[in-house]
Amino acid sequence: MSPQAQSLVQAQHESLSQVQHESLSQVQVQAQSLVQSVDWLAIAPPTIAAVVALVVLVADLFVGDKKKALLGWVSVAGLAVAALALLPLLDGDRSTFCLTGDADVCSYTADRFTLVIQFLVLGGALLAALLSMTALKDADRELPEGEFWFLLLSSAAGAALLPASRDLATLIVALEVASLPAFALVGIKHGDRKSSEAALKFFLSSVTATAVSLMGISFVYASTGTLYLTEIATRIEDVDSQLHTLAQAGVVLTLVGFAFKTAAVPFHFWVPDTYVGAPLPVAAYLSVVGKAVGFSGLILVTVIALPSYADVWGPALAALAALTMTVGNVGALRQRTTRAYSAVRLLAWSSVGQAGYLLVPIAAAAYSEDAEKAIGSTVAYALMYAAVNLGAFAVAALVARTKPLNRISDYRGLYASRPLAALVLGFFLLCLAGLPPGIIGLFAKVTVFSAAVDAGLGWLAVVMAVNVVIALFYYLQWTTLLFRAPEGEPESHRVPAPLTVAIALTAVLGVALSGAPQLILRFSDTGLF
Amino acid sequence: MIDINESVMQFLLAFIVVAPLIGAVAALLPAPPGLKGKSPEQAVLRHGVIVTGVVLIAAVALTLGFDHDHPSRMQATTDISWIPALDVRIHLGTDGISLPLLVLTALLTFLCALYSYFKMPAGPTPKAFVALVLVLESGTLATFAVLDLLLFFLAFETVLIPMYFLIARWGGEQRTRAAWKFILYTLLGSVVMLLGLLLIGIKAGTFDIVALATDNHPELTTSVQVIAVLAIGIGLAVKTPMWPLHSWLPDAHTAAPTVGSVLLAGVLLKMGTYGFVRILLPVTPDGMSTFAPYLAAFAVVGIIYGSLACLALARQGAKGDLKRLIAYSSVGHMGFVLLGIASMTPTGVNGALFANIAHGLITGLLFFLVGALKDRTGTTDLDTLAQETGAALYGRAPRLGGLLAFAAVASLGLPGLAGFWGEMLALFGAFDPADGLSRPAFLTFMTIAAFGTLLTAAYMLVVVRRVCMGATSQQESPKLADVRTYEFAAWTPLVVLTVVAGLWPKALLGLTDPAVQQLLSGGTR
Repeated sequence: MSPQAQSLVQAQHESLSQVQHESLSQVQVQAQSLVQSVDWLAIAPPTIAAVVALVVLVADLFVGDKKKALLGWVSVAGLAVAALALLPLLDGDRSTFCLTGDADVCSYTADRFTLVIQFLVLGGALLAALLSMTALKDADRELPEGEFWFLLLSSAAGAALLPASRDLATLIVALEVASLPAFALVGIKHGDRKSSEAALKFFLSSVTATAVSLMGISFVYASTGTLYLTEIATRIEDVDSQLHTLAQAGVVLTLVGFAFKTAAVPFHFWVPDTYVGAPLPVAAYLSVVGKAVGFSGLILVTVIALPSYADVWGPALAALAALTMTVGNVGALRQRTTRAYSAVRLLAWSSVGQAGYLLVPIAAAAYSEDAEKAIGSTVAYALMYAAVNLGAFAVAALVARTKPLNRISDYRGLYASRPLAALVLGFFLLCLAGLPPGIIGLFAKVTVFSAAVDAGLGWLAVVMAVNVVIALFYYLQWTTLLFRAPEGEPESHRVPAPLTVAIALTAVLGVALSGAPQLILRFSDTGLF
Repeated sequence: MIDINESVMQFLLAFIVVAPLIGAVAALLPAPPGLKGKSPEQAVLRHGVIVTGVVLIAAVALTLGFDHDHPSRMQATTDISWIPALDVRIHLGTDGISLPLLVLTALLTFLCALYSYFKMPAGPTPKAFVALVLVLESGTLATFAVLDLLLFFLAFETVLIPMYFLIARWGGEQRTRAAWKFILYTLLGSVVMLLGLLLIGIKAGTFDIVALATDNHPELTTSVQVIAVLAIGIGLAVKTPMWPLHSWLPDAHTAAPTVGSVLLAGVLLKMGTYGFVRILLPVTPDGMSTFAPYLAAFAVVGIIYGSLACLALARQGAKGDLKRLIAYSSVGHMGFVLLGIASMTPTGVNGALFANIAHGLITGLLFFLVGALKDRTGTTDLDTLAQETGAALYGRAPRLGGLLAFAAVASLGLPGLAGFWGEMLALFGAFDPADGLSRPAFLTFMTIAAFGTLLTAAYMLVVVRRVCMGATSQQESPKLADVRTYEFAAWTPLVVLTVVAGLWPKALLGLTDPAVQQLLSGGTR
């Protein structure tokens, strides 16, 4: 393990244990009680992921070089079990780590919103893990396997904790638990300058954002005297008028950290280089789980904690959304197809553009009477995006096995050599563009549009409409390339099983959702909290 | 005409929308044993003919089972919930307005499949070609059959990708640029249209077209209607196409393969005008009457512009392309359709719907003929074809020349053929527009449009003179192959229907008129 990675892992250890301690100690101090009942079932999903992370790290020491692949399967199984642990929670909302004095004020809540985002995070991590198995095998022990799985699982544990957090301290801790291992994952390629550079870039900008966020939280804490989101919501309404500016500044600064995670403009510049420098599965992981962390944090802070400050964050998020989608899509449009790694670069820029669409309903929540419905549109869109974007990355990973430079021009004539992979990638890209046959992509965009129109944000809807057309251009350009006549002899390789599973899983999801969009669109119709 | 069980009718309508989709998937799979045919290419092309043929038979059966005494009633309706979250329902149904368009689509697609079976356009594998044509057919039929705003949008978008690939893969010169222009223009329009549809749906609380058209929706205030009509109208006008949003059409037609051109002109353009009649007229009448004069003005400019562009292309030495010329003539013809709609009277709207069908038949035939001409001579450039004196098709291929002359005079609106009634009714509509519209303005529009018919006659006759007539000298111009059997088979239905619609317009107007009356009065169904 490199010294850098080692120190990060150490930091990771500490923060993991902090998760429990922080929440516990807060509660204990306030409640003056030493005994607290913990609802283990409610916290099972992130806990299982964390425990399996430690198991894998320890097991790495005892497993021989030849059997390292076992670690991968254990991790995949662990993530699957963590995702299955969501099932018993479906029957109703559960809360734990509550104040013993006031049982309504809790640090951890497993409501519908939490469960959906946890499902998204764990499912996304599972697919990324499947991609990683092939990547690790192909790397031929260039990548440290035990550390890799440990980092991936810890990050997933943090990301799964985040949507359940209902106080600002837990929220920030979860954000850091999700991020710190990600830095190490980005820089995990030994001796690769690009990889280390990407990690450093990612790390420095992310830490700055977190610091700003922490300052914002301290401002909010100073003006309200509590860290619990629901408490903040009530107390911030009658803040002393002298502290009003402080509270407002606190609101804006808090959002910065989460906007960074979502890769919203102007906090997006790290994305393309980081995605290119990182191993491909890690880029896929960041593009989905990283974003989920960002926008679920944004939702919690804005809609739950600060609904009364909607006039501050509403316009800010609307402007952010418009900027993000425009810059992201224009950036993707400018990618030359023959440049090295242009496929990943394009996916990186397009993910910035997609983040813009994700922000639209959150901004609309500020203006709409039914904020939860608007939030549901973001959740529905994110689920669609997660499935098809991971699918696109999976096919990219498949192509990268034979064409390591991963240029978009390398996809020319993919249909001739791998008809199924080409059809599936074309489907994913059209889903991202939102055109039939990608019906689910179309309707996910329709929910986002309708959230904006419903909230009276007509101008944002028009900006988004223009962006959809820009995005279509590059997605379709890539799609047509797939069906061109190939340049050379098509070479065929056997596709490794995990990769096949990942592609098949995402494709089945995409097709099933296209037939029955209600499966995910129902979140845009009902209250999530 | 004949009594068919209602549930069979429901099945038929759902079948013609879904069957082409299933057929498209089946076309991509390898042929099952026993159906392999002479070669994989032949098998898949035959598959295309069979599927489109079955769909045509189903469409004809639907027409026979249709209750012709009550064409204003929605028939063969299916209404099931699909996405409750968005309030999207699979609501299918057909009335006198959509039925002729359904049959026209099924017929033209079948003829195209038949034509391609014998004359596959040059390009990559026929497998993909057949699959794309079938998806295209499904999208177009769905557009005419659905009664839900969001499903309409979905169907409207479905045709984009197949048409894009048809142009970009099987097209002629400049095909990539033309295909891009086609898809970007249409998509930009339709995304704006989506915003308008959402505005209507969210304000009124339903996306159901029938409910929107019949019930009273006070939430749809005039200002909401104006914004909605502007947004939806732009999307539909791009598709129609209305001048000045037409510039994608000539390029797309010039580059598209014959079959692509036929379908583009014959059915895809109708989706735009159909949207005007089905959605904007009944749902947003106030907004529509605000914009009607502007729509009429643009329509009239389109008529004159299209005709002048054609005249310029038909001149000697202009290097005019025949396909481009027909494309511009489409801009003019669709101008008449839009003028009829803008008059907002039953007469005008009936004329518009009639002209829709007539244009589909005649322009479809014209593109077939020009495609055949290109196969024989290798060019569609009018100057190369005609050279000094004229291409002398009458002498070199008399039947082909005769058919071309027939299609040309039908296109210019000769009484007794299909082209006449629609344009005349549209002009009548403009002569006496609906209450609230400025009569002097519409009279002016009518006069200019009538002048446009003269220009149309002028360029069509120039084309006939330069292509069909001319001196033949046996040495220089070798004899061309005359109309082949399969071409006969593909073209005869169009010729027959053009004559029938011209001599017996009641067959069509009897279907559309009650439905239109009801649509404009906003009564219950």
